Amino acid sequence: MSILINEKTPVIVQGFTGDKASFHAKEMIAYGTNVVGGVTPGKGGSTHLGLPVFNTVQDAVRKTGATASIVFVPPAFSADALMEAIDAGITLICSITDGIPAQDMMAVKSYLLRFPEDKRAILVGPNCAGIISAGRAMLGIMPGHIYSRGPVGIVSRSGTLGYEAAAQMNALGIGQSTSVGIGGDPINGSSFIDHLKLFEQDPETKVVMMIGEIGGPQEAEAAQFAKENMSKPVIGYVAGLTAPKGRKMGHAGAIISTFGDSAAEKSEIMKSFGLSVAPSASDLGATVAKVLAKVAR
Amino acid sequence: MDIHEYQAKELLATFGVAVPRGAIAYTPDQAAYCASELGGTKWVVKAQIHSGGRGKAGGIKLCGSEQDVQQAANALLGMQLVTAQTGAEGRIVHRVYIEEAKPFVRELYLSLVLDRNTQRIILMASTEGGMEIEEIAKNSPELILQESVDPAIGLRPFQARKLAFGLGLQGKQVQRAVTIILGAYRAFRDLDATMLEINPLAVTADDQLLALDAKMSFDDNAMFRQTQVNEMRDYSQEDPREAQAAEHGLNYIGLTGSIGCIINGAGLAMATMDMIKHAGEEPANFLDIGGGASPERVAAAFKLVISDASVGAVLVNIFAGINRCDWIAQGVVKAAKMLNLKVPLVVRLAGTNVEAGKKIIADSGLPIITADTLAEAAAKAVAAYRATRK
Repeated sequence: MSILINEKTPVIVQGFTGDKASFHAKEMIAYGTNVVGGVTPGKGGSTHLGLPVFNTVQDAVRKTGATASIVFVPPAFSADALMEAIDAGITLICSITDGIPAQDMMAVKSYLLRFPEDKRAILVGPNCAGIISAGRAMLGIMPGHIYSRGPVGIVSRSGTLGYEAAAQMNALGIGQSTSVGIGGDPINGSSFIDHLKLFEQDPETKVVMMIGEIGGPQEAEAAQFAKENMSKPVIGYVAGLTAPKGRKMGHAGAIISTFGDSAAEKSEIMKSFGLSVAPSASDLGATVAKVLAKVAR
Repeated sequence: MDIHEYQAKELLATFGVAVPRGAIAYTPDQAAYCASELGGTKWVVKAQIHSGGRGKAGGIKLCGSEQDVQQAANALLGMQLVTAQTGAEGRIVHRVYIEEAKPFVRELYLSLVLDRNTQRIILMASTEGGMEIEEIAKNSPELILQESVDPAIGLRPFQARKLAFGLGLQGKQVQRAVTIILGAYRAFRDLDATMLEINPLAVTADDQLLALDAKMSFDDNAMFRQTQVNEMRDYSQEDPREAQAAEHGLNYIGLTGSIGCIINGAGLAMATMDMIKHAGEEPANFLDIGGGASPERVAAAFKLVISDASVGAVLVNIFAGINRCDWIAQGVVKAAKMLNLKVPLVVRLAGTNVEAGKKIIADSGLPIITADTLAEAAAKAVAAYRATRK
């Protein structure tokens, strides 16, 4: 098992014929992902990478039965593309694009909330590395070879720090079930909590590593959720101990503006809710190993 | 992105927010001329810098004659104004805003922000105008009124009325406040703002409401559709290195340490900086080279990082997904040769095309220190830096 995607999940690529989308679609296919086609308005009826291209997401869903979509569309058109996927009944949408205006994302979120919870799509991102179920399927831009199958679920705001965590685990012989990058924007689709819920239900996942950074309330809320609702241990880490207050550290969402936003405060909050917190970014693998050893006993 | 007070007022006025009459001046003579054009007997001369807390820092002067105005402008222009928000280096005053001084009877507070908790625009209002909102929140949170906006519906007039009555406004004041609140909301929404603060929102003896000060920040991601706002950008208020970085698609923030950092991904960049501190030194900067970096972009990053004289060693940490280690390595080698790099250089590569990248580094003939893990990279950078200090 894994969460969100596996080798059977039928995937389409929005913005399919663009350079970046083509490159990553090939990588996803090579990894074993069931890519069934793509969407580029105006290019419907043609084929790309040996797969059908459709004008609308609705066409693609009708003809291929796709349930997941990865969206490589420039920032100005992203909100529209995401709403189109939601409207077409796609249940898992991953937005890679960096630079989507915050108010556009607010509109997307409000559009999502029009659907009842059981019919609502899960939106991962924007500004994220995507999702990988190790050895099964990839809906993202990560280097697939650094992941191996195993018992650890990873949910991270940062893409590259998620890679770092996986690499450290692999060096210790520990694999992953699924790794999700939720993205670094202040208004994003799914939260840490959304994925903690899924990992809690996934029989393959034994422990979850949650990697946060400065800014916003998500890590603290997730830590409380883990304490109150999860039987599986959660290991935390928060990047940005050296980040100065009031400066945006790359990610639009990574800014210390109010109490509880700093890395030190968030780490303390995580500990207060009973999470094991990795003391530094080079201890991500070792901390997971320690917790796993306890679970196995 | 931030703009000046006078620019925020200019924008807000077009959305129906009442502001005092004023004019911008770049020289003391212009300032005196502005005062005579505005007429009246009392003026305020306000230093225009991208920072709050200007009043307490001496950046706002009340004047009773045109000569006073000229002298005040003379004192402020060219000054390095240090406020509680600017840091020790302050910001240089290149422009002063001359405004008619308006007597008032009450000072209110009004702001709008993009709230991350609710993922909506929220309005905050308080009777305690003139104070910092953080102070009000700390001392008397019950005096902060809030309204949250449903993005699909927008701000409704009844919500503005709730705020106006909540602020204790009466008679004609109420409708004037509603006009200002709705106008401020439309400005926020239409211009892709992330923060808008009117503090104080003054009530005059004749029941007028006026935005005496205004601050606006905007969503950098939306600048492609906000050309009017983007033209208001004042580079003199920004760190020149950060502006230069932005031109190359890099994300750079100057800090005060000695280890220069070149990293891909904001999260990994912060984590690497933390590791440097863990190893006993401080990072000189935050730098995210972004995804799909070309050798040219890497070279530009190098140039930027070593332009900081306090950099005593450079640490490159790349975990390539959308990036390629071989391209990064080409950029590193090219930059190190071209810039005749004098400080120790530590490179850690992982991910896509890592073997090709390592080979380029090894074959370069340069004294590049390599590392396989994050901890090793940080430790080696700190050790190499310290060795040069002995």
